[in-house]
Amino acid sequence: MTRPAPVDQLNRFTLHCDLSAHDVSCERDDRILFEDLSLSVKKGDLIQLVGPNGAGKTTLLRLMAGLNQDFDGEVHWQGENIQSCFQDYARQRLYIGHLSAIKKVLTPLENLRWFVSSWPEVKEDDLWQALEEVTLAGYEDVPCQQLSAGQQRRVALARLLVTPTPLWILDEPFTALDKAGVEWLEAQLARHVERGGSVLITSHHALSDIPALRQIELGMHK
Amino acid sequence: MSLVTATIKRDLIIAARNPGEWLNPLMFFLMVLALFPLAVDPDPKFLSKIAAGVVWVAALLATLLSLDALFKADVEDGTLEQWLASGESLYAMALGKVFVHWCISGLPLTLVAPLLALMMNLPDDAYGALFFSLLLGTPILSLLGAVGAALTAGVRSGGLLLSLVILPLYIPILIFGASAVYHAGIGMDYAGQLGFLASFLCISMTLTPFAVAGALKLNLSR
Repeated sequence: MTRPAPVDQLNRFTLHCDLSAHDVSCERDDRILFEDLSLSVKKGDLIQLVGPNGAGKTTLLRLMAGLNQDFDGEVHWQGENIQSCFQDYARQRLYIGHLSAIKKVLTPLENLRWFVSSWPEVKEDDLWQALEEVTLAGYEDVPCQQLSAGQQRRVALARLLVTPTPLWILDEPFTALDKAGVEWLEAQLARHVERGGSVLITSHHALSDIPALRQIELGMHK
Repeated sequence: MSLVTATIKRDLIIAARNPGEWLNPLMFFLMVLALFPLAVDPDPKFLSKIAAGVVWVAALLATLLSLDALFKADVEDGTLEQWLASGESLYAMALGKVFVHWCISGLPLTLVAPLLALMMNLPDDAYGALFFSLLLGTPILSLLGAVGAALTAGVRSGGLLLSLVILPLYIPILIFGASAVYHAGIGMDYAGQLGFLASFLCISMTLTPFAVAGALKLNLSR
């Protein structure tokens, strides 16, 4: 797929990713998920969290994203605790959870418009192009409830093309995507790290083609 | 456009496309006021005596009916997670959500109440008091109700719990609202009751968004 130029322009980052977790430990229902875990995400990193179901991948992802404060240890963005610079941090990272936050009665365009409303620099034209790129051209005005699960996921993922953030935090983004969609997303991940972005991802999908890939295995604790 | 204004706009569009959601409480209000004279003594004198209380109780219960859904969909589809991830003020978000809720529940109730009060043979002098007491009172019902809705958003059948939590808080509003209308009906001054409602509105407008934000955060940090 060829990609239109204007969207690309937008993705020049003002800041490079510098996210680090220091000795984080997390416990759920008297079960230790991970203990004294340190992790850093720098420019050009692609880090995949792997492990069995219930190993704490989503929990780690959410606490790195600043959505969960129920843990020991600290997470830093540009050397500062993320809770004390949360607004700056939030503008520099894109979080897509396994809940897609798509409103079914709205059209893909309206959903996308809401997603990017924190980034006023994103233009309306970019949204149309992004939807075209995720092969939803012609569906812009169709309510999302008439789209398939995979197409709804594509609406959520179209944000990757328009939000100018260096860090992507993605929780199982491959869910419900078809083969072409999986290839497209892999290409996006590779391209994002190539141009200096960073990705923190949980997925059961093998991402072996991308050279920058590092895997972190969770679920060693019993 | 900031995320808060985008959310208000989006929620209004959703309400416009799902008219059942906000017509249901309004229909309930209409039915209570239509059925009451049939079930009790249809004597106009008797009806006009109880009109103030019945209209206010019906408005309160209609509001309660619409509260359950206030945050539920947003918690379930991940919208709330995206709010939290956006780093924007949850306080402003809570106010925005309540504003939309009032626009589609309290405002229509306030507008149709004087018409329906005709069926209850409300005294002529009381229509102004009814309108203004509901105009001041229904936003308080939405604000207080939002606290309960936020607390029970993650609970599977939170409707009952919500009523138990919120109903005691509604009692003072009901007493002052209904008494303003009753006093107007018997030709007495009702400025004191409206003054109380106005001051209670100011207090709840400043304080309840904190509670709503806290409760929503609690719901998501699991």
